[in-house]
Amino acid sequence: MEKRVVFKSAWLPYALVAPQIAITVIFFFWPAIEAVYYAFLVQDPFGLSSHFVWFQNFTELFASPEYLDSFKTTAVFSVLVAALGMSIALLLAAMADRVIRGSLAYKTMLIWPYAVAPAIAGVLWAFMFSPSIGIVTYYLLKLGLNWNWVINGNQAMLLVVMAAAYKQVSYNFLFFLAGLQSIPRSMIEAAAIDGASPVRRFWTIIFPLISPTTFFLLVVNIVYAFFDTFGVIDATTQGGPAAATEILVYKVYYDGVKAADLGGSSAQSVILMFIVIALTVVQFRFVERKVQY
Amino acid sequence: MAEIVLDGVTKSFGKTEVIHPVQATIADGEFVVIVGPSGCGKSTLLRIIAGLETATAGEIRIAGKRVNEVEPKDRNIAMVFQNYALYPHMTVYGNMAYGLKIRKLSRADIEQRVQRAAKILELGPYLQRKPRELSGGQRQRVAMGRAIVREPAAFLFDEPLSNLDAKLRVQMRLEIQKLHRELRTTSVYVTHDQVEAMTLADRMFVINAGTIEQAGAPIEVYDDPATLFVAGFIGSPSMNFLPGRREADGVEVGGGMKVPLPEALRASAPQSLTVGVRPEHLELGGTEGLPFRLNVETIEALGADSLLHTNFHGTPLVARVDGHAAPAAGETLTFTVLPRHLYFFDTASGKRLRAGR
Ligand SMILES: Nc1ncnc2c1ncn2[C@@H]1O[C@H](COP(=O)(O)OP(=O)(O)O)[C@@H](O)[C@H]1O
Ligand SMILES: [Mg+2]
Repeated sequence: MEKRVVFKSAWLPYALVAPQIAITVIFFFWPAIEAVYYAFLVQDPFGLSSHFVWFQNFTELFASPEYLDSFKTTAVFSVLVAALGMSIALLLAAMADRVIRGSLAYKTMLIWPYAVAPAIAGVLWAFMFSPSIGIVTYYLLKLGLNWNWVINGNQAMLLVVMAAAYKQVSYNFLFFLAGLQSIPRSMIEAAAIDGASPVRRFWTIIFPLISPTTFFLLVVNIVYAFFDTFGVIDATTQGGPAAATEILVYKVYYDGVKAADLGGSSAQSVILMFIVIALTVVQFRFVERKVQY
Repeated sequence: MAEIVLDGVTKSFGKTEVIHPVQATIADGEFVVIVGPSGCGKSTLLRIIAGLETATAGEIRIAGKRVNEVEPKDRNIAMVFQNYALYPHMTVYGNMAYGLKIRKLSRADIEQRVQRAAKILELGPYLQRKPRELSGGQRQRVAMGRAIVREPAAFLFDEPLSNLDAKLRVQMRLEIQKLHRELRTTSVYVTHDQVEAMTLADRMFVINAGTIEQAGAPIEVYDDPATLFVAGFIGSPSMNFLPGRREADGVEVGGGMKVPLPEALRASAPQSLTVGVRPEHLELGGTEGLPFRLNVETIEALGADSLLHTNFHGTPLVARVDGHAAPAAGETLTFTVLPRHLYFFDTASGKRLRAGR
């Protein structure tokens, strides 16, 4: 069915989309183009002069061990965030799918964390796990565990992973629950009559059937971990200790704003742009395709 | 092979009781069809037998053993679902082998059973296909194959043919019949389609609003319905009903027409009666029996037969006549009915008046 709205006036449709286009151009395209431009420049420390250096910023980046380390940190971080966020969400969704009474209350509560801003989620976790005043730290100490992410890189990583995944659990939960509920009940019953235990049913029937959802969420979660977790990191570890939690987006900010290396920072953001584009292509090529069993 | 007994089984969802106490026995090797209108509780009853729902009260016994607390997988039953419930990510072979693998049969055993089922159901060429690459009828067969390979004590079917087109439905019905003749496995088959019930059943349970109104061989139920509901539900087109009033030794059915009430029924007959007559018992141009003057309003020509839709003092009556002897619409004709072809029901209770009962 044709659902197109036809405007009588020639300029009205353009006027209606103009604000959106303006926002996109001013806040997305312009900075992106600027970043590409700056990526080819070297600026003096006071920002008074700059000159064109071709790919020097990029070659320096790939020669820099810190940058390559940051890549590795990001990879570890995003894999852990995606894995933790998705497995907890799947577990919760599988349980919520079985609940009949009061399911709405569970669902509503499980969705709330998604409404929390990343920075606030970060602060929340930083407080709970604070080495000096954190409530969790207190109990961990009672258990004989020495918790101090301010000096322990692995613990710092664990903290930011938990804080970042916490927020994403809600989102993943919604998709997993929808995926689970789209599986016909009779199929599960058929498997039960065929003799499959609940665990076996999950791995042989349910999990394969929600694999398109799982793949979609994997891409979304990796994109999230790569790009949307700046607030979490900034509110907790700020990349520390000793760059143990310095993921790529945080390094862009740190090098550009704190270390004032505008050219290097821009080159990094250009690389990130390419990663986003690549992930988007993956998402469109594989996720948007019709479900294939 | 096993006998299935439902002993006072009831089911409530919350406060509503959807299955009223059911007392029934399905003999070993018997093909029982549970038939009734949509929402009457057929599926619920079948699912109680399968163990997918728990009975609120009463006992279910399979092969003499109480199974109320037994998991579906341990009841030794197989079920065919209306939507087939095939595993979409597995091949036809995988679908049939799934339950056998779980039961840890040897590879050779599985192969042999699947091949045998595939042969019976003519699925051989499709074993490596996925369900989405099959037609509706083929999927239906895979669902049956999945049940057959298990070699269960009983088959449970929940409206297995209602997603097929009319022609395929007839074909699959015949195949299910053939299959049952070969395997002789106790079968419980749920349907809302009385034609399926008539053609498939050794015995049928006609169920209405959670109660079995009558159980018996199809032709017994057809000839000797116990209630108004059963009389109207079994048979197509349905039995005609005339509202009647008791008058001495007869029943007034409208327009001053009086039909005789058999002597055996007179003692128990109430004031308000319903008189039933099947469409094929309204004979056009007959000489014997009670004459009904009927105006033919519309004609449904089916070929061999024609259905005449007529009117008798405001009550619609359908008559089934020879397709070649059909009159034109608008004619008023005399039809005759033999008194022994009249059914009498108590309008208030819906019960049939039967001699000696
Ligand atoms: N899980 C359930 N919860 C509440 N009511 C149900 C449930 N399943 C079935 N019912 C009700 O029980 C009655 C019988 O349902 P069902 O056995 O599916 O009917 P049928 O198969 O004869 O069409 C219906 O009124 C239906 O609404
Ligand atoms: Mg049903």
